[in-house]
Amino acid sequence: MNELIQLNLSNLTGRKYWRSLNQLADTPEFRQWVEREFPEGASELLDSGSRRTLLKLMAAGFGLAGLTACRRPVEKILPLSKGVEGYVHGRPLHYATAVQACGAATGLIVECNDGRPTKVEGNPRHPFSLGATNAFQQAMILDLYDPDRARQVQKQGVKSGWAQFESWWLEAASKLGDGAGLRILSPRTASPSLDALKAEIAKKYPNSVWVEYDAVNFDRVVEGARLAFGQPLMPQYRFDQADVVVALDCDFLGLDTMTAQPVKQFAARRRPEEGRELNRLYAVEPNFTVTGAMADHRLRARASDIAAVALALARELNVSGAELKVLDGAGGRQKKFLAAVAKDLLAHKGRSLVLAGPRQPAEVHALVALINQALGNLGQTVSYTRPPFAPADSLAAVRQLAGDLAAGRVTVLFALGGNPVYSLPADHNWAELFRKTAAVALAFDENETWKAALWQLPEAHPFEAWGDVRALDGTASIQQPQIQPLFGGRSALEIAALIAGRPQRRGYDIVRSYWTSQWGADAEKKWQQALYEGVIEGTRFPAVEVKADAARVLAAIQPALKAAPAGIETVFYPSWHTFDGRFANNAWMQETPDPMTKLVWDNAALLSPATARRLGVQDGDVLELSAGGRQIHCPAMVLPGHADDSISLQLGFGRAACGRVGRGVGHRVEGLRAEANFWFGPAEVRRTGAKYKLVTTQEHHTLIEPITGLKRNNIVEEFTVEEYRRRAEHGKHEPHPPTDLFPEFDYSKGYQWGMAIDLNACIGCNACMVACTAENNIPVVGKEQVGKGREMHWIRLDRYFSGEEDDPQAVMQPMACVQCEKAPCESVCPVAATAHSPEGINEMAYNRCVGTRYCLNNCPYKVRRFNFLNWNKDVPEIRKMVFNPDVTVRMRGVMEKCNYCVQRIEEKRSQAKAEGRRPIRDGEVLTACQQVCPADAIVFGNINDPESRVAKLKRQARDYAVLEELNTKPRTTYLARLRNPNPELV
Amino acid sequence: MADLAIDPRMELNPPLVQGGMTYSDVTDKISSIVEGKAPKRWYIGMAVAVPLALLLFACLGYLVATGIGVWGNNSPVGWGWDITNFVWWIGIGHAGTLISAILFLFRQKWRTSINRAAEAMTLFAVACAAIYPLFHTGRPWRAAYWLFPLPNEYLHMWQNFRSPLMWDVFAVSTYGTVSALFWFVGLIPDLATLRDRATTPLRKKIYGLLSLGWRGSATQWRHYELAYLLLAGLSTPLVLSVHSIVSFDFATSLLPGWHTTIFPPYFVAGAVFSGFAMVVTLMTLARWIYGLENLITMKHLENMCKVMLATGMIVGFAYGTEFFIAWYSANQYERFIFLNRAFGPYWWAYWSMIACNVVAPQFFWFQRFRTSIPAMFILSIFINIGMWFERFVIIATSLHRDFLPSSWGYFRPTWVDIGTYVGTIGLFLTLFLLFLRFLPAIAISEVKGVLHQQVSAGQAAPVHGGSH
Repeated sequence: MNELIQLNLSNLTGRKYWRSLNQLADTPEFRQWVEREFPEGASELLDSGSRRTLLKLMAAGFGLAGLTACRRPVEKILPLSKGVEGYVHGRPLHYATAVQACGAATGLIVECNDGRPTKVEGNPRHPFSLGATNAFQQAMILDLYDPDRARQVQKQGVKSGWAQFESWWLEAASKLGDGAGLRILSPRTASPSLDALKAEIAKKYPNSVWVEYDAVNFDRVVEGARLAFGQPLMPQYRFDQADVVVALDCDFLGLDTMTAQPVKQFAARRRPEEGRELNRLYAVEPNFTVTGAMADHRLRARASDIAAVALALARELNVSGAELKVLDGAGGRQKKFLAAVAKDLLAHKGRSLVLAGPRQPAEVHALVALINQALGNLGQTVSYTRPPFAPADSLAAVRQLAGDLAAGRVTVLFALGGNPVYSLPADHNWAELFRKTAAVALAFDENETWKAALWQLPEAHPFEAWGDVRALDGTASIQQPQIQPLFGGRSALEIAALIAGRPQRRGYDIVRSYWTSQWGADAEKKWQQALYEGVIEGTRFPAVEVKADAARVLAAIQPALKAAPAGIETVFYPSWHTFDGRFANNAWMQETPDPMTKLVWDNAALLSPATARRLGVQDGDVLELSAGGRQIHCPAMVLPGHADDSISLQLGFGRAACGRVGRGVGHRVEGLRAEANFWFGPAEVRRTGAKYKLVTTQEHHTLIEPITGLKRNNIVEEFTVEEYRRRAEHGKHEPHPPTDLFPEFDYSKGYQWGMAIDLNACIGCNACMVACTAENNIPVVGKEQVGKGREMHWIRLDRYFSGEEDDPQAVMQPMACVQCEKAPCESVCPVAATAHSPEGINEMAYNRCVGTRYCLNNCPYKVRRFNFLNWNKDVPEIRKMVFNPDVTVRMRGVMEKCNYCVQRIEEKRSQAKAEGRRPIRDGEVLTACQQVCPADAIVFGNINDPESRVAKLKRQARDYAVLEELNTKPRTTYLARLRNPNPELV
Repeated sequence: MADLAIDPRMELNPPLVQGGMTYSDVTDKISSIVEGKAPKRWYIGMAVAVPLALLLFACLGYLVATGIGVWGNNSPVGWGWDITNFVWWIGIGHAGTLISAILFLFRQKWRTSINRAAEAMTLFAVACAAIYPLFHTGRPWRAAYWLFPLPNEYLHMWQNFRSPLMWDVFAVSTYGTVSALFWFVGLIPDLATLRDRATTPLRKKIYGLLSLGWRGSATQWRHYELAYLLLAGLSTPLVLSVHSIVSFDFATSLLPGWHTTIFPPYFVAGAVFSGFAMVVTLMTLARWIYGLENLITMKHLENMCKVMLATGMIVGFAYGTEFFIAWYSANQYERFIFLNRAFGPYWWAYWSMIACNVVAPQFFWFQRFRTSIPAMFILSIFINIGMWFERFVIIATSLHRDFLPSSWGYFRPTWVDIGTYVGTIGLFLTLFLLFLRFLPAIAISEVKGVLHQQVSAGQAAPVHGGSH
């Protein structure tokens, strides 16, 4: 059958899902197979049926039937927690692995149920995961089972095979000579094995060029270090050591780092319970990012003004004796802000940290390094190591590549992964350039690059292929496959081995042989340990002793300042949905709202209320943006707190060649993104007069009621550190014991579950939403249905603005079912489908629910989700493999909601019982949202145990229940948001 | 008639049956509707009503096959037109029992010529209403029997008797059953009349079966009268209880705008208000179709207009009270929800309600409007619309903006919402037209009872009971 199922995407129009693989495989062979009534070979039985033939066929059939079940890799992989020997059917196995994005790896642990990966968790041993992941890593599991993945080796769209490709390459390679015509283009990778292969290729083809390019990269960070210290280096931050953090256009809590580490470190300094002083965060940024939402003070500034801000700050700090000529166009507020920041930094020498985002030019990074040096932060809160990947100016490299392609100097071009035709700078028509040569595209889906290539090769998912990756600090991990390639894809590593002409072509051999050669005698033991732990010991890069050259930096910054013109500018940001386009076909990500705009299934040109008023623009007005002779169209969206005269655009939308989920979703802004304005640059704006429907999960409602103007003050509690100190002296505020109509439940024995969510740690990164989606088989409903208010997320992130519209503060509030003790939903359900468990959880019996929706109406938190339609109706067969077998897939017409991951509680309960009927330990049961949370904002446990973490948190003075006066007695309570304002700026 | 007209008492209290009808005139007139050919107007009515009823079944089929998502319901507005229509129909069903039972107990003779049709209207309205609690559920194939306390092997569990929806099931089914019984018992003597007059064997058989062997003997009349009285007594508390319990669906929740103690009396008054409006709408139509001017007189209609005026004032007062309490309670949510009703995104629905329910009935202060058929027809339509808006305003505006501003939303109906609603009107009209055609639309025996009053120049002591 497998051969028959060859999805030809070009035959499909619109977003239509097929019902079964059979229907999909509408190939002539399949039709013939259907028509024949009996499969090949069967009719032979009828003709000359000898018993011997029959027995032979039966034996072969049994053998093959067994083979079809073989999905587990034949190579030996060792699990993190349990040996394969202990495999119990129905019990998941966990394997350590690591994935990479933009040259930075994160260690993961993947849960596999009966040989199919179903859930991703962070690897606690990995320094950049520390047990957490971001939303994208959670959603990767869905990509694995994407029915729109590239499945077939093709030559110009005609079905071919790996063998044909290999023989083509051998012939092409024989004509390459010194490799002057060979170009390899890949995303930025930090992989020791691949580095070894690159060296081999460079040796075999000395004139070949390997270009690395990512639409979102750290080039400017590394180049900034080169400018400051004379060598390309990667800064390593210690946010947990910093009392004062100043982020200059750096969304380090959000999309400017692809790892959980900064969030873990930062959040550790936002918990007054742990006895450490709260840190203070200043953010200067054009867009309103989640980092800005966490900031105690925030200054809006255009991206091109950040250099001036950094320089002004440097002057305030007396960074150097060099004379600074600051173009000080800054207003009074800006001056006051910077003066206060400088004073605060000086008061925290060696315990402060200034950092700039990857959008900022190298000069700003160099200046920031200089500031940190002046503050004595080097070696304290920031150190420098060599970068995990080969540093290079990728924009210059792709410019060179375009020139070579245009001039016909390239005979063979390998595009190993990524989607360069879509994401490369708009200076060139890359699809056309690709067609000028023999382009070989290794692509995960049939994307723009795939379409432009001569040879089209399906790429293996990181969960299907062996590899090794380095984290930003150099820590190496083995990328261990969880499943055999579903569609026969290969990894970039394997293609690189083919290019290098290695005899060994399998990823396992490549990686294994590299590390064996590194380790020598002890290799086997170390290999097993590396697989088991998910990190390779001793691979972390040591910090480099550095000293910045102030004169050089200050000389370099002056031209950067002059380049900042007035007028509107556009800034490019990665998207919370697709990142740079790679998650465009991932429905989980498309439906998870942007943390600030709450936009789903779209991107938008974000602009400030003042700029929108000036331009006469409202939400959904389609804008024409032009720069450098290029135009794009994008609908506008007003974001309170955005910098004036600046427009933020999110990458990764408007994919023309994409699977059915992401095709044509949003607007492609890459068309405006040339080398000159790669991150930001001036642009012309024009209203087209057209309207476009943008869908959000939450309007821009503040906590201020629109008609009465009153503030709803029992939803989010917020204190300054000073206010909280005074409050804490009085102890926790206990509400009046109200009278209850219904009797109390008895929890004197056993467990009583509860949760505490720390609003002061939560950054609103969406990881919990996607983790919950993956864990609980939550369906995706699409843009239209979200527009009708039918999204299904069990946990959502409510974002509230406060203060003035132009410069508000924001607070994020994760909101799932709070498991009321006196649940309004329970008393109104006529069939008792939602009922209290003996451990206090408000449980849903899906098969009892008739769907009156009364519980939804009566839920003051509106966390119940109703299956208005059969969201699981057209789920492709392959996509069903992602379902968590421990959780029911709900049918239409029933209500669903968070149940504290009751399946995880039960799993641990049975484990505890098996281990001698011991009680479940505190911290043993982790809900999916809690486990993934990089900020550790969610704590779950047994509140009957006064020593449990959750019980302790609930005794804090800042613990409060949302809508407490309704007397619903929620089991999920919140820890108030604290702000640590600088007294000089209040 | 002329000498009657000069009697001053007659002017104050005109006879309930006009045109000098005799006992046999009454029997002939009412029976002829059933026995004769249907007038063209009846066919016109059916041509409108039947396709609409078919539309209802099409919409319900599509709904069950596809899911509640074909309606506009969403989160936070879990109930939209479905429960709006349910409450609206249940409310309409109130006038029937009120006229039959309460007016009967209070010996209000003028009820006799309208009570039969009003009762039928009640039954059909309850039937239309009962569609919604079943079909608004996500899984009606389960709700159809899980909502009743039937012993079951499947889950070994009972219903949740704390749920107002459960009370609703009992309240509505009891009301439906008692109304049907009451209506049928009232029909028995008239069915016997039709049996006796029947000319074809089939008619004889059917009406014979339905009249349960009625012979009109004095003993039978004695039992009959007692049974009727008892049923009237049984129905009377139901008039108050059904809509009170329907209002508990809202009043016992914790949603601002729903959670209010004023709801039971307010809902009952509203139900009577809308019920009478629907009776006026239908009676003016029936009068027009069959020429029943002598039986359904201006006095009947004027009385009903007065009831509408009174209940309309109660409803208007309730609207005011809600606002006063919202302010007086100093409850933030309560205050917001009422201001939001009047000035929020649903302002148009709120002010439509006020215009139809508070302003429109004020015309009934004037006799000119109370005695003008076109005026009362138009005003009754307004009240029907207004009472629909009342339920929509209560349901949608309370739900769409509740406690957490993050969850606020908006409800927009789909074509299926509209089709289902219009379809129930079609079903209602179809059933009503069939009733007019095949059953005596006016209680023959009871009208004969009040005819006696007319014969004795309107001074006879009120005596119930029929001539035979």
